[in-house]
Amino acid sequence: MALETMPDGPVVENPAMDKGPDFTQRAHAALIDPGLRRNFRRAMDGLMEKRAAQFADPVAWAALRERGAQARAAALARLPDLLEELEARCAANGIQVHWAETIEDGNAIVLGILNHHRARQVVKGKSMVSEEMHLNDHLAAHGITAIESDLGEYIIQLAGELPSHIVMPCIHKNKDQIATLLAANIPGLGYTEDVAALTAAARRILRDRFAAADAGISGVNFAVAETGTLVLIENEGNGRLSTTLPPLHIAITGIEKVVERLDDIPPLLALLPRSATGQPITTYVNMITSPRKPGEKDGPAAVHLILLDNGRSRVFADAQLRDTLRCIRCGACINHCPVYARVGGHSYGSVYPGPIGKILTPQIAGLDVAGDLPHASTLCNACVEVCPVKIPIADILVRLRQEAAQPAGAATPAVKGAGSRRHIAEALVWTVWRWVYAWPWLHHRATRLLARIGNWIPARAPLLRAWTRNRTRPHFAGQTLHERARRAGIDHE
Amino acid sequence: MSQPSRPSRPETVYFFGTCLIDLFYPQAGLAGMELLRREGLRVVFPQNQSCCAQPARNSGYLDEARAVARRQIETFVEDWPIVVPSGSCAGMMRTHYPALFEGQPDAERARAFAGRVVELTWFLVHVLDIRLADKGEPVTVTWHASCHAMREMGVRDEPKQLLRQLSGVTLVEAGHETECCGFGGTFAVRHAEIAAAMVDDKVTSIARTGASAVISGDCGCLMNITGAIDKAGRPIVGRHIAEFLLERCHGA
Repeated sequence: MALETMPDGPVVENPAMDKGPDFTQRAHAALIDPGLRRNFRRAMDGLMEKRAAQFADPVAWAALRERGAQARAAALARLPDLLEELEARCAANGIQVHWAETIEDGNAIVLGILNHHRARQVVKGKSMVSEEMHLNDHLAAHGITAIESDLGEYIIQLAGELPSHIVMPCIHKNKDQIATLLAANIPGLGYTEDVAALTAAARRILRDRFAAADAGISGVNFAVAETGTLVLIENEGNGRLSTTLPPLHIAITGIEKVVERLDDIPPLLALLPRSATGQPITTYVNMITSPRKPGEKDGPAAVHLILLDNGRSRVFADAQLRDTLRCIRCGACINHCPVYARVGGHSYGSVYPGPIGKILTPQIAGLDVAGDLPHASTLCNACVEVCPVKIPIADILVRLRQEAAQPAGAATPAVKGAGSRRHIAEALVWTVWRWVYAWPWLHHRATRLLARIGNWIPARAPLLRAWTRNRTRPHFAGQTLHERARRAGIDHE
Repeated sequence: MSQPSRPSRPETVYFFGTCLIDLFYPQAGLAGMELLRREGLRVVFPQNQSCCAQPARNSGYLDEARAVARRQIETFVEDWPIVVPSGSCAGMMRTHYPALFEGQPDAERARAFAGRVVELTWFLVHVLDIRLADKGEPVTVTWHASCHAMREMGVRDEPKQLLRQLSGVTLVEAGHETECCGFGGTFAVRHAEIAAAMVDDKVTSIARTGASAVISGDCGCLMNITGAIDKAGRPIVGRHIAEFLLERCHGA
């Protein structure tokens, strides 16, 4: 599948929430792939080390993080007002704003704009929201070729895969795999592991694409309500080329990316790249406030901003769940997640993997579809510790577990699919547990009995069987601490 | 999310034994109480205590969790510190009880209870300023840091400070020391395969230190790690820190 001969854009597997295998089955496939586990481990270790070096001073980190969290929380507290202010400022600056309630709406709007401009060749900067919309597939189905210009996105587009990380989409691949893929797809490029040679080859191909593109599509890191400015950060210059070279620029973002003031941007930019890749700043910081003005030599003639809801309003409506929307997509939670390091990004079955995916995806797709994700965590809090905007990820995971397991029936549940994961047997276990642990009389008798006979529980008992697959069984002590403390004469009141 | 500022040395403390110690590691609970008693404190172990309620809370069964949490609040009534030999159970009671009881009639009581909860090693270091005289044979050990001790109770270096006080003990830090061992309560059985991958890596890191014992302040982690160590047939023992410290000071 040489790039030069691709008819209508590369073939990308249907990236919709996978209805087939669930998280556990996908994780199994990843766990038995030692190469994949090594790739993730090595990459995550490097990222954690680089981030830690950036935030070596805990006092400075705490202060900066507080500012970042405040900026995001303040923006969300006024979200509806700020979105209107953003729309008005953008319109005054010449940027056309479109509202998309669903991904179908979003795709239709993008297609409509492209058709209006008779655009057939599109070059894309990195945009997770466009991944969420499965935009490339939609455009391909309508005869429009969208080429990813971020090197990582370009690589996975060639491979026909989905991103495995929100910042480094092809982090699951090692150098040999990338070298093989590029050698097979770029004419004239032999197999080489020389990174400079690989990058130069990709750049050669992509430069032609930039020059030929009818339109550029990008994401947005922050949209400033006060000034109508779209902030876009990147390292490869592809974001700048995508947003300045073609005559048409379409920016796509979720409604939560708005911030109040331009003053909010410096602390957020001090947090984002350092949290993400351990860089003090990205190579490019683009601030787009209007299309090309009369007398200017470059920039697109038309700029459109698409604000996608796709379930975010519902997340916003709940005071606790709203904190999910603070996310600035740095990926630090992913880089520090011990589960992600083992199972990789594709196991999550969604474009947002890792801890942020575990809280965001079930709220957008519904607990009936993605209700297994909130349980894919030990609640170790490694993500909470590094989140630059203080999202209480672990608390939200527990809230989603509660929403999934509660009796269904609320007319307007806070989360789509609430109650869909309720199992009577599980609910019964917790009822019994409650009686045993809330009633001392029962508790004393039950634990005394268990301490004595627990070691005779058959090894094939369901929980024990899962436990002993790679561990020996726990040894019941014979007598409880309650008994031994009483016997030792320790005061009990 | 942090421990209280240094409280004055109390005459009496409560001891919260935890449900895992109650059934599987009572010797760790007794050792914890003995360490406190040796320092001249009166230790009270209320017989009506049971579980911090974290298992139900983390599974999303909040009503059930509240019922059990309420039993603890009603049991530990005196205004004494509640010393807990587990960062995880302490984290549940200290950081999550206030939210669990928000909007409930006993919310204020839950907050007051939460404010009295302290983790054992933190208490030994910061309140008792304990001095340990090691009487044991030379030994090399490694430390497993519990996620909730570190990230909910702010207990990071205290256990290692205690281990470093022991003249015959060489402490070797394991790679990825602060990474989760994969226990996670029901996670260990609900996602057994991922948990297995996590604990196997943890055991490999521990074995690389050459230590003959792994010490931890949380019996959940310990049950997970020693279960995997034993299954792999490695000659490393696991000890709760209270039990280990007491053994060393008795010259065992």
